[in-house]
Amino acid sequence: MKKFSKKNCFEGMVQGIFLLLGLVTVGCVLLVTIYLVIAGIPAIRKIGFIEFLFGRTWESTSAEPSYGILPFILTSIYGTAGAVAIGVPIGFLTAVCLAKTAPKGVRKIVESAVSLLAGIPSVVYGLTGMLVLVPGIRRLFHVPDGASLLAAVIVLAVMILPSIIKVSVTALDAVPKEYEDASLALGATPIETYFRVSVPAARSGIAAAVVLGIGRAVGEAMAVMMVSGNVANMPGLIQSVRFLTTAVASEMSYASGLQRQALFSIALVLFLFIMLINASMNFFLKGRKEE
Amino acid sequence: MSDIITVRDMCLWYGNHQALSNIHIQIPEKSITALIGPSGCGKSTFLKSLNRMNDLVPDVRITGDIRYKGIDILGASVDVNELRREIGMVFQKPNPFPMSIYDNVAYGPRTHGIRNRAKLDQIVEQSLRDAAIWDEVKDRLQKNALGLSGGQQQRLCIARALAVKPAVLLMDEPTSALDPIATSKIEDLCTQLKDTYTIVMVTHNMQQAVRISDWTAFFLLGELIECGDTETMFSTPKDQRTEDYITGRFG
Repeated sequence: MKKFSKKNCFEGMVQGIFLLLGLVTVGCVLLVTIYLVIAGIPAIRKIGFIEFLFGRTWESTSAEPSYGILPFILTSIYGTAGAVAIGVPIGFLTAVCLAKTAPKGVRKIVESAVSLLAGIPSVVYGLTGMLVLVPGIRRLFHVPDGASLLAAVIVLAVMILPSIIKVSVTALDAVPKEYEDASLALGATPIETYFRVSVPAARSGIAAAVVLGIGRAVGEAMAVMMVSGNVANMPGLIQSVRFLTTAVASEMSYASGLQRQALFSIALVLFLFIMLINASMNFFLKGRKEE
Repeated sequence: MSDIITVRDMCLWYGNHQALSNIHIQIPEKSITALIGPSGCGKSTFLKSLNRMNDLVPDVRITGDIRYKGIDILGASVDVNELRREIGMVFQKPNPFPMSIYDNVAYGPRTHGIRNRAKLDQIVEQSLRDAAIWDEVKDRLQKNALGLSGGQQQRLCIARALAVKPAVLLMDEPTSALDPIATSKIEDLCTQLKDTYTIVMVTHNMQQAVRISDWTAFFLLGELIECGDTETMFSTPKDQRTEDYITGRFG
């Protein structure tokens, strides 16, 4: 009997340790959230909410500094939208091809390539973009500097491909074969079957894949910093621009005072964006469970 | 009564494993033919050969001759999609698409190019009526089909198959996943449908074969042991193995 209770005590301890370790994650999230809110609010108060969010000029180092982050917000939105516009069709069709039409050998090769793409460090993406895209754009559009929103969009589009492809393939693989059989037995061709039965049946998973891609694009800093020119302009396609992420990263090392506080506020805005994206992803995944 | 499908000398291999050997059978038009036999005897495999659904299985090889209305359906020139429109299929497990009841039934006609809304409405209603489920679903055509009961789902699947106006309906144990009441509804439906359609049904349930089929074919270990009209076969089987099976001595 004694031995038994000893065992129970051990069980309880182990469970306690697991719970504690689980709470570490929760604690980190809480810590970051609270810290960002505390650190981000003061600058917004001083600058003014409207002034900060919708101000069109960011001149943090001039004699009369101006802290408007609209250029960054718009750049992040445009950049992400552009990456999604290019990356989603490619990723989605690749996923359909891999999950449904590709021969086993091809699927294996492409899937390992996709995994590899996911594993490439973002600084390498940035470097490749710098060496290939930036000069290419400079020559193509005859502009003095090819580092631009367009270059960032292309780099981001490639970077979000792996998450879109992987999650979509998983969703498409999970479509019961019975649905496809039923469609084929009605005389539909395989392609009709994939697009009219399999894809609709996997739509919440595919939507989650797109949202995941958006999250990745919004949060990326290193690669876009290297190819976007990093100038606080209002966004234009072949204009040097600065993203929310890069705005924080590029000035943090030397910022002080209100400038430093404003950078925290930018981080807070970025954080809210990511929260919104996560919430919508949960919404889509919940939809999948209900189906 | 003429034969709508004739099969001669048909053999089928999965890789190196021969699943069917030397099948000879005629399927008479506008009647119910039951395929019986123990699990793994090849009856479902045979059924799926009739609309070339076996094409989806890798490494399948079929030899011999299967003719539908005189056309060799194994021939290279056959349009498989057109063949499957003519020879519809109902599966063992009800498998409605995860979309509305209306869209399920309209799926086939839309696939074959019918876009006119009024025409679609008419086909959907007629198919649901023919499948004896119209009264149960007419007020919720836009609801998701997955909300229906198992028996209703199976009748919806029959309606979906009827909507493309096939000549033959292949049914692969259509009631094995259903309760007795739902089963008897499907059986009643089948006896109504045979006025218009030819039905070939795989069943594990011998009473079901006796109740609804006109013709019965008994498969064992990939061979067709005996076929003939149901009454004769169940009262005076010619082959000892048939007798052993239908009297429940094995299987």
